[in-house]
Amino acid sequence: MTKRQGLLRYFVLAALMCALGFASMAQAAEEGGFPSAGTNLRDQASLQRGARLFFNYCVGCHSLKYMRYSRIGEDLGLTEAEVMTNLNFTGAKYGEPVVSAMPADLAVTWFGKDPPDLSLEVEAKGADWVNAYLNSFYLDPSVPLGWNNTVLPNAAMPFPLWELQGMQRAVMAPGKDGQPGTVEKLELAQPGKLTPAQFQQATRDLTNFLEYASEPAALQRHRYGVWVLLFLAAFTLLAYALKREYWKDVHEA
Amino acid sequence: MSNVWSNLGDWITERTPGMLPMYRKHMTEYYAPKNFNLWYYFGSLALLVLVAQIITGIFLTMNYNPSAAGAFDSVQYIMRDVEWGWLIRYMHSTGASLFFIVVFLHMFRGIIYGSFKRPRELVWLLGMLIFLVLMAEAFMGYVLPWGNMSFWGAKVIISLFGTIPVIGTHLVEWIMGDFLPGDATLNRFFALHVVALPIVLLLLVVLHIAALHEVGSNNPDGVDVKHGVKGNRWSPLAPADGIPFHPYYTVKDLVGVGFLLLIAAFIIFFAPTLGGWFLEPDNSIAANNLVTPAQIKPVWYFSPFYAIVRMVPSFMDTAVWGVIAMFGSIFVLFAMPWLDRSPVKSIRYRGRGYKIALTVFVIAFLGLCAVGTDTTAEVIPAWFGDVDVTFWENLFGRLMTLLYFGFFVFLWAYTYFGWETTKPVPDRVTTHD
Repeated sequence: MTKRQGLLRYFVLAALMCALGFASMAQAAEEGGFPSAGTNLRDQASLQRGARLFFNYCVGCHSLKYMRYSRIGEDLGLTEAEVMTNLNFTGAKYGEPVVSAMPADLAVTWFGKDPPDLSLEVEAKGADWVNAYLNSFYLDPSVPLGWNNTVLPNAAMPFPLWELQGMQRAVMAPGKDGQPGTVEKLELAQPGKLTPAQFQQATRDLTNFLEYASEPAALQRHRYGVWVLLFLAAFTLLAYALKREYWKDVHEA
Repeated sequence: MSNVWSNLGDWITERTPGMLPMYRKHMTEYYAPKNFNLWYYFGSLALLVLVAQIITGIFLTMNYNPSAAGAFDSVQYIMRDVEWGWLIRYMHSTGASLFFIVVFLHMFRGIIYGSFKRPRELVWLLGMLIFLVLMAEAFMGYVLPWGNMSFWGAKVIISLFGTIPVIGTHLVEWIMGDFLPGDATLNRFFALHVVALPIVLLLLVVLHIAALHEVGSNNPDGVDVKHGVKGNRWSPLAPADGIPFHPYYTVKDLVGVGFLLLIAAFIIFFAPTLGGWFLEPDNSIAANNLVTPAQIKPVWYFSPFYAIVRMVPSFMDTAVWGVIAMFGSIFVLFAMPWLDRSPVKSIRYRGRGYKIALTVFVIAFLGLCAVGTDTTAEVIPAWFGDVDVTFWENLFGRLMTLLYFGFFVFLWAYTYFGWETTKPVPDRVTTHD
């Protein structure tokens, strides 16, 4: 075998393994069947808008118990004063985690269950799921709280963003053979403060913030990753040159 | 400066005269065949991953809390508050999967070049023991983060022992120390994962390498280098086709190390969950004995063996047959040196029947992977539309199970009754790079 063929083999193997990785990721991305959330952790403005939405509409019931206010400030480019006045409404200290003010026992009385902590929601369900969920609430008089959801049927949460999106109504498809009808699509019955396009951007920002909250280290990963790969590529090339140099003995022997 | 080093060397040699001969025996005067190819990287890479797992594991234990109440929170503490904790954890979680990739390839190398055959049966047996302990180590490590898949995975896998007649139920409670996986389970798994099994693994690896160096390495031609022609440029007594392990294979393995680290770094920094294959989404939910995940399935590297459990039907009111088949699928590999009786080691000089059977075996293994990871449950409706998924999945999975075991039966018959037509094996190694 010539040296060139030897090197080629390494690259074929490396390419195969990368292809395998990408294929598996692509497959995973297709799985849920939800449209892409289109989140981007490098878009700091989007993360800031998402944080503002979270602290205005979500934190009343949901905690981010693994997320500290100080970390949000550092990662989102906000000063301590900005975080404490715009995002912190519970009187928690700057270094403390984001804990909802709602007492768990009362929450169970009101909603039938304790609202889940959202620290790892995106890691558990995926950004696409969260984004689709936020866009899929509709009025349903048949359930106790009046709101239902096509992504998570009979969700316990009444739609908190209704003043932004407005109210959606379900267009039902008739059920077959006496079965109950299914939701065919959702249409806007009463517009909210935002246009549909603005609302989609708002949920994208909120999902983006929750994606960040589920893994703040992602910001560091992306920052260092490229340099680590470049270093290792240089190391591998050097190692290959060293190997060729040493192996001249073997070819002469 | 060089004087200081040589003085230090003399000082040590004077006090431990056995050190230098041992170093020579295993490094500079261990003559390995010069025709190692790509397949021969995975042994040293497995050692690299083992060391990386031990080092990252030590740092994880510094901040991990092995209790049902604190384990899940402590993993998030590592991910968010511990300096570089996320990197250490991702190195460890990625390392676990890469360990199995590397070890599967290393074992496959042993199969295709007949490295398990006389005189290397003991090397193979020790390697198989390493694989068995590695599976236990990986299973217990998977339980430690105490996510919902950790909990349910532990419950399902431990329950497999419950199928054993008479003692099954008691055995399950004895293993868990409780009626459900709980504090007691987590504490003992922690002890086994970080202390007991790593010590056993290290000991077995030392024995594996010691046994190998006693008989010498096999090679892609399956030629006996050690007892062949003598004399090379390093020593007149050394095998003619052998080269010193150090520096020639140490520098060559360094290239393999570079490639492995590149792949590992890509995953660690850009896709640490690898789309749910290396870290599963359901494990981002804390352990909860009231909420069952939609699909309970083990991590990918257990999938072929788990698929066998699922595919073997219950019989005579017991599901123990599936468990027997699963352990059988691993233990049958121990018997390789006595199943494959062909005098020819390398696939390069073996009969067509062997090559076809081996291809079928690889397909069966990958097919079982697909069943065990629920890939078939997704692919069958996607490709064939509105069909009975369970029926077709069972049909496919059972066929793959039969082919998996069929390989070993065929291999034995094919070589025992002399049906194989082999090609002549050369006296010296052929190509090398």
